[in-house]
Amino acid sequence: MRTPLTIRIIQSMPKAGWAGLAAFALVAWVGIPLAHLALPESSPFHVSGYLLTLLGKILCYAVVAVAMDLIWGYAGILSLGHGLFFALGGYAFGMYLMRQIGREGSYQSDLPDFMVFLDWKELPWFWWNSDSLLWSLFLVVLIPGLLAWIFGYFAFRSRIKGVYFSIITQALTFAAMLLFFRNETGFGGNNGFTDFKRILGYSITSPEMRATLFALSATLLMGVLVLGRYLVSSKFGRVLAAIRDSESRVMFIGYQPLWYKLAIWTLSAVLCALAGALYVPQVGIINPSEMSPANSIEIAVWVAVGGRGTLIGAVLGAFIVNLAKSYFTVSFPEYWPFFLGFLFIAVTLFLPDGVVGLWRKLMGQRSAPLGPAASAGPPPADPVAIAKGAQS
Amino acid sequence: MTTVLDPGADRAGLNDPQNWQGPASSGRVLKPGELDLSHNVILYLEDICVSFDGFKAINNLNLTIDAGELRCIIGPNGAGKTTMMDVITGKTRPDSGKAFFGQTLDLTRLTEPEIAHLGIGRKFQKPTVFENHTVFENLELAMKTDKRVWRSMLAALLDDERDRISDTLKLIRLAGEADRRAGLLSHGQKQWLEIGMLLMQDPRLLLLDEPVAGMTDDETERTAELFVSLAGKHSLMVVEHDMAFVEALGGKVTVLHEGSVLAEGDLATVQADPRVIEVYLGR
Repeated sequence: MRTPLTIRIIQSMPKAGWAGLAAFALVAWVGIPLAHLALPESSPFHVSGYLLTLLGKILCYAVVAVAMDLIWGYAGILSLGHGLFFALGGYAFGMYLMRQIGREGSYQSDLPDFMVFLDWKELPWFWWNSDSLLWSLFLVVLIPGLLAWIFGYFAFRSRIKGVYFSIITQALTFAAMLLFFRNETGFGGNNGFTDFKRILGYSITSPEMRATLFALSATLLMGVLVLGRYLVSSKFGRVLAAIRDSESRVMFIGYQPLWYKLAIWTLSAVLCALAGALYVPQVGIINPSEMSPANSIEIAVWVAVGGRGTLIGAVLGAFIVNLAKSYFTVSFPEYWPFFLGFLFIAVTLFLPDGVVGLWRKLMGQRSAPLGPAASAGPPPADPVAIAKGAQS
Repeated sequence: MTTVLDPGADRAGLNDPQNWQGPASSGRVLKPGELDLSHNVILYLEDICVSFDGFKAINNLNLTIDAGELRCIIGPNGAGKTTMMDVITGKTRPDSGKAFFGQTLDLTRLTEPEIAHLGIGRKFQKPTVFENHTVFENLELAMKTDKRVWRSMLAALLDDERDRISDTLKLIRLAGEADRRAGLLSHGQKQWLEIGMLLMQDPRLLLLDEPVAGMTDDETERTAELFVSLAGKHSLMVVEHDMAFVEALGGKVTVLHEGSVLAEGDLATVQADPRVIEVYLGR
């Protein structure tokens, strides 16, 4: 007798986890949207448009962090180029948003403004069907997924690992950024896409649309958490952790690590792209700076702060760092880089298992055997140790 | 066709699938890739030569292992024991000679994973288990099953698979440690866990390279009991320096020296052989 899949999905998370998820769903689907839509602005519980968008944005970041944790924490692959997949997802959906502007742009043309500015007469071929929502959602999954698959296939087949893999991903996102900076590439050059008006004909700045996008982001995050928890508690997750710890041994007992790594890598990229597609309508802009290497490094910092190999830690890390960021960049804008640097050093030195590790230590729990690679070493959180690890 | 060991058979096209009439020796038709034990021999090595930069690690080695046999290989350092295992598992290609698994499977033409899949399992000197996984999970990962990605994502353990794991746990005396992290086991227990992982792959022939290195006397004794109980169902080839252990195993002993077989027989006969004494004590 096999345990049915649904039962295994339910069993993959402890009861407290499901309870937390239900509470989160209640707040994100009912509480916060109502507080935004129904309460008057004078009410102390009113959620402003600014706050709602900020939280929605961080929910998207949290999805990216979980996707990062899946490959870094469980498979030991540190990507420093995940911002690329996030941005590609954003661009793919941004194309649809640009077409939804219609003739309301500055030039009153059917073409997006930047194309008129470049004196283009018709849409480039890759903008084909970009006014279809379904097609653009398909592209959101296809393009980043395909790129990740091809890149991953060659990288993993050549057994590129550790810090070398990280550097190549960093170079990949940098190269893509330079490509997208060019006007001729056809994605708006350094201005990217902005000035969006509507989705499916509904205004993008209306409170209802904001609340909907927020709720969708929360739904995506919950879905990703459930999926991630199932995967890491399945045999697939155990094989990944085994590959992380001793790849040659895994090959020797008959598994082909290439396909395992490729599966989790591509999945992670697609999850990032979905988050990017939800992020762009909420912040109202996508430009090549999203592909800058620093952005991708920040993703790794979120996960390190929260605690690798825990999934929930990635969510916490994304919230802690980004809430701190939005506080600092408003109150003391000049000190934010120092704070980020301090945070990274402090976490590396004092909290190698992140916030979740600290919590577990305080509660006197042992870490789960497969979760945080914590106790037994690989993969280390700080770059120096990663570099060392790559040589060993 | 007279024999598949005939090198001319390939050129004459006799090994092509359309000319395949089954082994000459038996009426039963084998599926391709199936182990043919019709002569009751599981491993043939004939005139194997391997040299590294002119150094002859293996020099005209001839060795056969019967199905179900427990064979010990001894020999001084550099006698070619590990290289011989490398040839059998496909890690090293011989310069010349034949290596067959059963009657029909040419080991010199198969890759490492193919050979592992056909049923030759190998345990290395240093125990390598997955330290962050529990003992149970180590065995689960090693179990012979469909190892493709989507199966691993969706599959759950069947009841009889669970039974196999718990049988193996009992066999390697780790039933009480099933949920312990493998990294916390003692050295001897890790060696056993690795033997257990090897057994989970359901191999026909086990190659064991110094399996009792670092074990206590008590553990060594129990390992010997385990191997003796495995013989018959599996064939075992054990490389070992510990003579007390070799004696406890009680099987036929082959002495390797400078890449070829120096003597073969039971331990007492071999130990009385003047050439063996010369090799071990003469220098």
